[in-house]
Amino acid sequence: MSIYCLFLLTSCGLSVWNNPYSEKDVQKNVLYSVFSERPKHLDPVQSYSSSEIQFTAQIYEPPLQYHYLKRPFTLIPATATELPTIQYLDENENLISGESVDEVAYSVYQITIIPGILYQPHPAFAKDESDQWLYHQLSEQEIAKASKPADFPRTGTRELVAEDYVYQIKRLAHPRLHSPIFELMADYIIGLREYATLLKQVDSQTMHGHYLDLRKYALNGLEVVDDYTYRIKIKGKYPQFIYWLAMPFFAPIPWEVDLFYSQPGLIKKNLTLDWFPVGTGPYMLTENNPNLRMVLEKNPNFHEERYPVDGMPGDEEKGLLVDANKKLPLIDKVIFTREKENIPRWNKFLQGYYDAAGIGSDSFDQAVQLTGQGEAMVTQEMAEQGIRLETTVAVSTYYMGFNMLNPIVGDGGGSAKEREAARKLRQAISIAVDYEEFISIFANGRGLVAHGPIAPGIIGYRDGKEGMNPIVYDWIDGQAKRKTIKAAKRLLEEAGYPNGINQETGSPLVLYYDVTARSADDKSKLDWMRKQFQKLNIQLVVRSTDYNRFQDKIRKGNAQIFEWGWNADYPDAENFLFLLYGPQQKVSNSGENAANYDNAEYNQLFERMKNMDNNPERQQLIDRMVQVLRYDAPWLWGYHPKDFGLYHAWYQNVKPNRISNNTLKYFKIDGDKRQSKQREWNTPIVGPALIFFVLLVAGSIPAIVAFRRREKSTAILGCIDIKRINNDA
Amino acid sequence: MLDYIARRILYAIPILIGVNLITFALFFVVNTPDDMARMQLGIKHVTPEAIEKWKLDKGYDKPLFFNTQKENLRNKLTETIFFEKSIAMFLFEFGRSDDGRDIAEEMKSRMLPSLAIAVPVFFLGLMSYVSFALLMVFFRATYIDFWGMVLCVALMSISGLFYIISGQFLLGKLWRLVPISGYGDGLDVSKFLVLPVIIGILSSAGANIRWYRTIFLEEMNKDYVRTARAKGLAEYLVLFKHVLKNAMIPIMTGAIAVVPLLFMGSLLIESFFGVPGLGSYTIDAINSQDFAIVRSMVFLGSMLYIIGLILTDISYTLVDPRIRLI
Repeated sequence: MSIYCLFLLTSCGLSVWNNPYSEKDVQKNVLYSVFSERPKHLDPVQSYSSSEIQFTAQIYEPPLQYHYLKRPFTLIPATATELPTIQYLDENENLISGESVDEVAYSVYQITIIPGILYQPHPAFAKDESDQWLYHQLSEQEIAKASKPADFPRTGTRELVAEDYVYQIKRLAHPRLHSPIFELMADYIIGLREYATLLKQVDSQTMHGHYLDLRKYALNGLEVVDDYTYRIKIKGKYPQFIYWLAMPFFAPIPWEVDLFYSQPGLIKKNLTLDWFPVGTGPYMLTENNPNLRMVLEKNPNFHEERYPVDGMPGDEEKGLLVDANKKLPLIDKVIFTREKENIPRWNKFLQGYYDAAGIGSDSFDQAVQLTGQGEAMVTQEMAEQGIRLETTVAVSTYYMGFNMLNPIVGDGGGSAKEREAARKLRQAISIAVDYEEFISIFANGRGLVAHGPIAPGIIGYRDGKEGMNPIVYDWIDGQAKRKTIKAAKRLLEEAGYPNGINQETGSPLVLYYDVTARSADDKSKLDWMRKQFQKLNIQLVVRSTDYNRFQDKIRKGNAQIFEWGWNADYPDAENFLFLLYGPQQKVSNSGENAANYDNAEYNQLFERMKNMDNNPERQQLIDRMVQVLRYDAPWLWGYHPKDFGLYHAWYQNVKPNRISNNTLKYFKIDGDKRQSKQREWNTPIVGPALIFFVLLVAGSIPAIVAFRRREKSTAILGCIDIKRINNDA
Repeated sequence: MLDYIARRILYAIPILIGVNLITFALFFVVNTPDDMARMQLGIKHVTPEAIEKWKLDKGYDKPLFFNTQKENLRNKLTETIFFEKSIAMFLFEFGRSDDGRDIAEEMKSRMLPSLAIAVPVFFLGLMSYVSFALLMVFFRATYIDFWGMVLCVALMSISGLFYIISGQFLLGKLWRLVPISGYGDGLDVSKFLVLPVIIGILSSAGANIRWYRTIFLEEMNKDYVRTARAKGLAEYLVLFKHVLKNAMIPIMTGAIAVVPLLFMGSLLIESFFGVPGLGSYTIDAINSQDFAIVRSMVFLGSMLYIIGLILTDISYTLVDPRIRLI
């Protein structure tokens, strides 16, 4: 009760009682967002997952970025003055045109950055009057007082230089950091692997945990031309390298910051670069409590950047160009609150305390309705609250893979006849498993049936009749129609399993489906999958296991049929097609080809395609590769998920996508509208609580009366009572 | 008594070693160091070289219990993951989690939010459970006792999750009296604590009130109660002064033992109310296969439980002068 009174006292300043934000957070130009999974790393050399990149992408600035509004995704300069100039060299380092891929031994990317860009204010840059670093050699007392960078009284900044970008690329090879792209980049960036070996040696000779000054050690593939220009030399021709330059892995890290955070006392107090990022981006992390909330605030030193003035047709009508040419960022502060459970997250969104929300399966019917044409729109209830729905097809694919090393469903049988039978079996299953139905039942319509591995919105993707998978679909009345089950049965018969019976042995065909341990909710999905196979009279045995064992089975090639998925790193077909490239086989090379598919023609086409610039010839190669894949059917192509997001009316300039992550700077909030709606939706209702207390008091009156009567009763009566009770007991 | 406490503390050492050994064995039956590396490095572009590098950096590159590559027996036993990871813990060096954060610092920062909920739930809960139990005893064999028991059974039968969801729905969403979830700094925290504390008390009320009622009813038949009544004491004085005092030993047994465990927080409440406490720390660590945290939390939990049991023994001497710890 005392707590409740305290609560009333503390909340008397607010017009609503259930506001989860303190008064200092209740500002107009703040975006209230949410995160469920705590980030593990905020060091751009290590962070990769979406839970991390939503923060790092706002703080760090790689040289390139994606145009916010244009589709397909288009790279534009971020801190660079223009897109990199690329020079191609032959074996003797002579300049060549690069048109002939085979002749290209090296590619040199030259990047020039905009002068005058400043880092966010940070103690690592602070100097005293005699130009000495203030906090590069902290005393124990200074460390004891600090729990966050803001605890240091002085801050400084400095200009971004090309050396900072080079420093970060060197950090990919740092022996104490675990960059997920090191192995990939070591295959391309000249000298990176050797550099890692050198740093390992140096590190083993220095004191454990000591600062490793990467400026002292040169990396062959990197060159600082001048303060604002640097070069990266890579092996051969790798046109997709440019996409990596738009990721935080290639953002700048100033050596001062690395040195500052390498002080052992700070590491002990969890004050590390991995937790307190320092960048030149539009926002800086001012509060870092990944268990509760993360706060980004506008970087006062952010350089000049303006909202795009052009977009796609329809963007202007949607109001996406209202703020054209305005200085970015448009929002002053972003508060990310950790919310692990769906129910409170959803309810707080409806109360107006979160500005946007995803849609869980339990709230889907409350939020979204489908029109007769299958178009999704918000329900009447949501529309009345001014909530709008934004959808986008994710650059992802969820598929069901066949282990191609398996003798029944793959090429493991040896003879050509057996391989042909397995291919027909895979094709038959591809027809039988009705992904349209799956999307409708289990994804609430939030998906697009896949006709191949490449997701929509990616260079190389084909739509319409050209993009149809002719093995599974027929083009009828202007749309793709799944072939009948009769066609699947015919293929099954040709495969040697008429009506699901092995014609040689007479035994029924039994296939094994490996999945990770499932909750009770997923039982219906597995039952549905069994029924799909049952259409062909194939018995599907589900082998459920924990995630580690499942991964183990995939690595060792012990699975037969399995589920898998892929989110694109960058918007190019190569990032999907490499998933089926022979040398990427999971079993033999620990690559990303989980199906262990290996087709000589496909491999050859892939090797040609991956090094080509985007042109019609490359598209032809991609088309041919997809054709080969469809015929071989190493995957059931599954579906591309659609992201559904709900946004309040005051949340503007939203064009969702999964490729570009530095989008916070474009968003806009109408704080007045939000405040008035929050008041309207959250007026406290005290009546029922008062009635409850009145009833409680009223209910206790007979007890009080009984108590007083008993206390006033005579001893004899009391004795009788006690006797009776004792007897009862 | 000091001898007794010293002996109990010494007994705790083999218990803690045993708990540590079991935790270690159970954890590594399910997760290998390779699995841990993969979990930390993500699922994309993870090469065997990257896994080896991670294991080497985190100290998981050695055998689990027995290093056959070493010459003498001492090195065979000490140059193992078990020995190297365990010995530091007994010196209260919990080390760093797999994401690089200092575990001791993390525990410190998470302990306060856990206590902010657990302490009021414990003390307010204890007071209200004892009071209601005494009330029911006072009105024993009347309709108040009967309906009180029915209510207790009903409260016991409802899942903890239901209290949370319905509490958030009623007080947070429908009546808008408190925030649905969250946590704050300073005085601001009070508005976030109201609902979880009410739910924390209510969700354990049924079982606890029944338990205390049983204890008090047992005391009610004793001679000293009859004597107290015979000398003319009011019934509430009999209950609150005499019965309560004499029922303290079973109450202490249940209550004091859990006091140190209040630091560990509540998993469900913290998760649903977004409280950054220790309750969900272990579960998050198990999900992310972070052995350093799992091991530290199990060790801390075991140690606090042992402390709780020692405190219970000591508390007996305080409430009953006849008990001596020797």
